[in-house]
Parts: sequence; C-alpha cells; structure tokens
Amino acid sequence: MQTISRNTISKGGRGHFLEDEKWLGRFMLAPAVIYIVALVGLPFLLAIYYSLSDVTVGSRSLHFVGMDNFRHILDSNTFWRSLRNTLVFTLVSQLLVVVLGNILAMALYKNFRGKWLVRFLILLPWVAPISLGSIGWLWIFDPVYSVINWSGRALGIFAPTTWPIWLGQPNLAMASVIMVDVWRLLPLSTVIILAGLSSIPQDIHDAAAVDGIGFWRRLFQITLPLLMPIMLVALLFGIVFTVTDMIVIYVLTRGGPYDTTQVLSSLAFFTGIQGGDLAEGAAISLFLFPLLVAVAILFLTLARRTEVT
Amino acid sequence: MQTQTARIRRWGGRVGHFGILAAFTTFCTFPFYWMLITTFKQTNELIDSNINPFILHNPPTLENLRILFVDTLYGQWMLNTLIVGVAVVAITLLVAVPAGYSLARLSGRWGQQLAIGIFLTYLIPPTILFIPFSRIVGNLGLQDSLWSLVLVYPSFTVPFCTWLMMGFFKTIPRDIEEAAMIDGLSRFGAFLKVVVPISTAGILTVVIFTFTLVMQEFVYALTFITSSSQYTVSVGVPTFLVRGDVYFWGSLMGACLIVSLPIAILYNLFVDRFVAGFTVGAIK
Repeated sequence: MQTISRNTISKGGRGHFLEDEKWLGRFMLAPAVIYIVALVGLPFLLAIYYSLSDVTVGSRSLHFVGMDNFRHILDSNTFWRSLRNTLVFTLVSQLLVVVLGNILAMALYKNFRGKWLVRFLILLPWVAPISLGSIGWLWIFDPVYSVINWSGRALGIFAPTTWPIWLGQPNLAMASVIMVDVWRLLPLSTVIILAGLSSIPQDIHDAAAVDGIGFWRRLFQITLPLLMPIMLVALLFGIVFTVTDMIVIYVLTRGGPYDTTQVLSSLAFFTGIQGGDLAEGAAISLFLFPLLVAVAILFLTLARRTEVT
Repeated sequence: MQTQTARIRRWGGRVGHFGILAAFTTFCTFPFYWMLITTFKQTNELIDSNINPFILHNPPTLENLRILFVDTLYGQWMLNTLIVGVAVVAITLLVAVPAGYSLARLSGRWGQQLAIGIFLTYLIPPTILFIPFSRIVGNLGLQDSLWSLVLVYPSFTVPFCTWLMMGFFKTIPRDIEEAAMIDGLSRFGAFLKVVVPISTAGILTVVIFTFTLVMQEFVYALTFITSSSQYTVSVGVPTFLVRGDVYFWGSLMGACLIVSLPIAILYNLFVDRFVAGFTVGAIK
C-alpha cells in the first residue's frame, strides 16, 4: 500500500540500465508465458476446435461440423436448465458469502482472547480437499442417517416418520449444494475482507467516533465504501471458483434429482467424459467463458476505480 | 440511568459478538467434528438412529482407520500426493517467482495488461481443459502416470502464483534493490541476493498455496489416472471407499480429517501474507 507513487522515481537517471532491464524482464517472464501458452492457451484452442467438430472418446478421426454442437445444445432443455441453475447457484451462494463474510470479518476484527483459534477453525473448510469435504456433507445429508434430521426429530421440528430428503428433493437439493458452497468459500472471503478492514486507517474510525456518527451510518457510509475494492476482489474469486467448480455437485447430487442441480461444468463433465461426446462437452464447457471474462474485467476495473487512496 | 443503559448496551454487544462467532464457528467446524466422531464409531452405532449421534456410546474403535491404512492404499496415495506436490512446487517456484518480479518491476504498461491476461487464464477452468488434455496426455504416453499430473498442474498453479508473487514484490520498497545496485550488484544479482531472501514469507505462501491446490485437485486426476497405485488422495479416497451404494463412512471421514488438519495448521501461519498477495495484485 505504501508503494503507489514509486513508479515516477525509477524512471529518471539510469538511461543505460533501461535497455538491459527490458530484456531481463522478458527473460524472467518467458518461462511463465511459455508454460501458460503451451498448457493453457493451446489446450484452450484445442477445446474450441473440438467444440466445432464431432470428436468422441473412441474416435481417432474428427470432422469439422461448424456450429452444429452449439445449435444442438441451444435446443436442449437440459442446457437451459443448467444455465439457469448455474446462475442461481452462483448468485445466491455469492450473495450469502459476501453478507456473511462481512459480518464474520467484523466480528473477527475486534480483539478477543482465543482469536487465533477461532480463525484457525474458520479456515478449515477452505483448506480441506473439496472432494473430501463434500463427502463429509454427503454423510451429513444422508437420506436415512442424516444428523440434521435426527436433531430435527429430537427437537420435534420434523415428524417421527417423515423427514426431508436433503439431496433428493429439487429445491432442497439446490439449497443443500448452495450451503456447501457457502461453507467452502466463506473462509476465503472472510480473510480477504478482514485484510481490507485492517487496512482502513484508525483515524477514520476515530474521526467518526468524535463526530458521534452511529453504527449503521458508519457501516454504510464509511466502512463499506472503503471496503468496496477488496470486496469486489473477494467476490470475483468467489464467482470464478463457484462457476468453474463441479466437485461439490459431482459428489453430492450428480446433478440430480432430475437435473435440478445440474450446472454447466458438471453437465460438460457428464456429457464429455461419461457420455463420451467430447465435442459437445467442450461446447458446453466453453459457454460460460465469455461471461466469466466480462465479469472479471468489469470487477477488476471497478476495483481499481473505486479504490480510495 | 445513563450509565446503566450504556452498560446494558455494552453487555448486549458482547453477547451478540460471542453469539455471531459461536454460530459461524459451529457452521464451519461441525463437518469436521462429525468426521472425527464418525471415524471412531462402530458401524452398528452409525446406523442406529435411536441413539444420540453426537456422542460416542461404545468405546472408540480403530477398525475404520485400520481399513484405511491396511485395506486401501491410503499411505501410497498420500505419498503420491506428496511426490506430485513437491515436483509441482519446484516447477512453480522456478517459473512464477521470476515472472512475478518481472511483472512487478521490469515491465511498464504492457506488463499491466499481461498481468491481467495471466489472471484471466485462471478463468479457463479444468472443466474446459481436461478434454483436450486427456488427448495430449495420451499422445505423450503419460496416461496413468504421476508425471501427467506434474506436467498439467502447473497450468493452474503458475498463473495464480505469478499473480501472488507480483503482489508481494510490489509491497517491497524499491529503495532496497536500488541501494544494492548502487553497491555494484546487477539487477538480476539484486533480485537473487537481496529480494529473494527478504521474500521468504511470500515464497512460503506460494509453496503452501501450491501444495493445497495440488491436494485439492480432482478433475484431472480422475480423468488421467486409472490404476489404484497411482491415485492421489483426493481421488483415491472417494473412489475406493465408496463401493456402489456402500459407503465406508468411518474410513472416509478419517481419511478426510487426516489430510486436512496439518495443512490447516500451516495455512493459518501464512494466511495474512497470502491474503495480502491475493488482493494487492488485483487492486494495484
């Protein structure tokens, strides 16, 4: 945060160094760029190429079929349902993550005994391998032995003989996968927002306290606007992680019941790898990419613009 | 009167603060508590829905852990994960640390664009790339080999860690290198002898973060690896302890807990650095 205005200093004075440094910079950057071009760029182009072809898992030859795969996808109800599910899944979970992350970060911002322990415990969901954490939830949501249902029955909320099948009923299944996604991403968003809170200078809080500004006004007119850039970053990562992830859904519901929790990334996996239709799988997986890029550019621009210095 | 309302308010605030923390901590840690208790429960206790499931009724059993370590290749999977992790960490450090420095210091306006470009590669998820990769890995003859993972995993660790290191280097004052260069070191010498040593925290953050990503990865390992002796933990555990409809809950939960806790402890030590790198890169 202290190095903002340094750029101007280094420009002057060392003319003969500049040429060298340019090449050194390129040289140091080259391995990363080569790796990324070879192992992200080329496969990505290959994915686009596949999406315009009729390649399958077994086939050795492939033919160019133009936009056929995309046309076929746009005609399928499953695709539209998955697109809608992706949006619902992402928007609801990220809204919850940002709101809860703010509350939790503000609670953690205060000093209290045992703070490091609380922070350690809260970080756990982010650190555990997602596939294994999701299996933990699978057991919590078990249709017969669910601990939630046991507690519900014990407290008299659920009748002794009927209880919710968390992952087997359409709306409940969506609510359940959203909950697991919130559980997994809340820690990241919390620590990012917490870092933002710590970077707000104490004088601002002091000045507000002297002026006698109440808690809510201070929250909405001072704290949240100052947090905005960092919150946008947290949100961007949350959106990217949620949209591109299929593990939670793969482990918990496999997209079921009746595709009500199918999202684009899981649909691409089931179509491309389990169904063997690589071309259509590639086409589905490519669908969200332009949207993600737009969201990322928008958020990064906003984050830079709203930064208060 | 005045002081009494103030006292009530302060008390209310404290109770509310405690309540919020308790609720969130419960939400975040309950699954882990549940894993812990499930690991030590006997199977007949797991499926008895008449008894309170939150506590152990029988003496803790080690049977589930025995299944995990004796009947499955859990030890081997952990070793595989470790091998892949170490190799990927080494590649990532060699590639991402110089790149991050170059983006932070040695490139002008186009460096900014390039940094955003590198970030954008993060938006190309494994779910797009695993289809072409499955062919590439096949053509290289690497299917079913840990080397396929060593080759492919840096494709997501390098962009991210370059981004992290760039953010980290931006927070180091330029004077430090400039002083070293006035003392006669070249720019590269200053990078190696001055900047890298004071960046240990940032580099350790990259190490831990890379390792966590490797441990979490699921889609590629599921696609490329088919023989059980080559699995990593995140794929081996769900594949081998779920047989059709039969879930070995106790062993599954133990497996999850054992790999999560050590990483969580390490992570906790570096979380501030990690977050700083995360956000500085995006904002500045």
